[in-house]
Amino acid sequence: MTVNEAIGLLGLETLNLSDGDRPIEGGYTGDLLSWVMGRAQSGDAWVTIMTNINVVAVAQLTDVACVIIAEGAEIGGDVIARAASQGINLLRGGKTAWEMISALSDKI
Amino acid sequence: MSEDTVRFHFDVDGENFTSAGEASVQVKKLLRQLGIAPDVIRRVGIAMYEGEINMVIHANGGDADVLVDNDKITIILADTGPGIANIELAMQEGYSTAPDKIRSLGFGAGMGLPNMKRYTDDMKIESEVGKGTTVTMVVNIA
Repeated sequence: MTVNEAIGLLGLETLNLSDGDRPIEGGYTGDLLSWVMGRAQSGDAWVTIMTNINVVAVAQLTDVACVIIAEGAEIGGDVIARAASQGINLLRGGKTAWEMISALSDKI
Repeated sequence: MSEDTVRFHFDVDGENFTSAGEASVQVKKLLRQLGIAPDVIRRVGIAMYEGEINMVIHANGGDADVLVDNDKITIILADTGPGIANIELAMQEGYSTAPDKIRSLGFGAGMGLPNMKRYTDDMKIESEVGKGTTVTMVVNIA
């Protein structure tokens, strides 16, 4: 499935969409950035409630397909701007990480 | 260092935690331009980012050098911070001396040095308490 399809499936808010056609090949959820950095794979949808600006760097370095902020967690305008400047797909929804990953795993 | 070594240098800003990682992201782009394999780039990026974060958290920044040879990429991270008193302990997964405010940002879980070792083919730590730390990591290009 593509990032655009995930947006539709989960009813996500688009904070920044640089490449909606990018395929999602797997998923990962976690908030500890060092842990995520070592474990998330290129092409994953990364679901997290962490919203500080370092999330963008971790997304870039792991080359995840998109970052999905769960449970409507607050996110700063500076983080969204950084995601836009770095071409990171940044999305947000009200569901829990569990609900999001469960829904995605049925389709991937 | 041979004649055809490509060298990149970065100053890691210790004052600005939010910009930590910029050197790693820049290196990732430069390595991509050099045609380095994605898996190698990923390993270099992760190891270097962890090192950068460590320098920002513990040492008020430092110098990062990346040397690209035909057969390997060498990352040298040098700081003049407090040094590491017990390297063996610091290498243990889960051991951390990072302050709470760093933990609240999703770091300081004691994963940094173990990640750096895991993602590189060779890692050497030279540290003297009160003087600073130099970490040299090598990722082989298959």
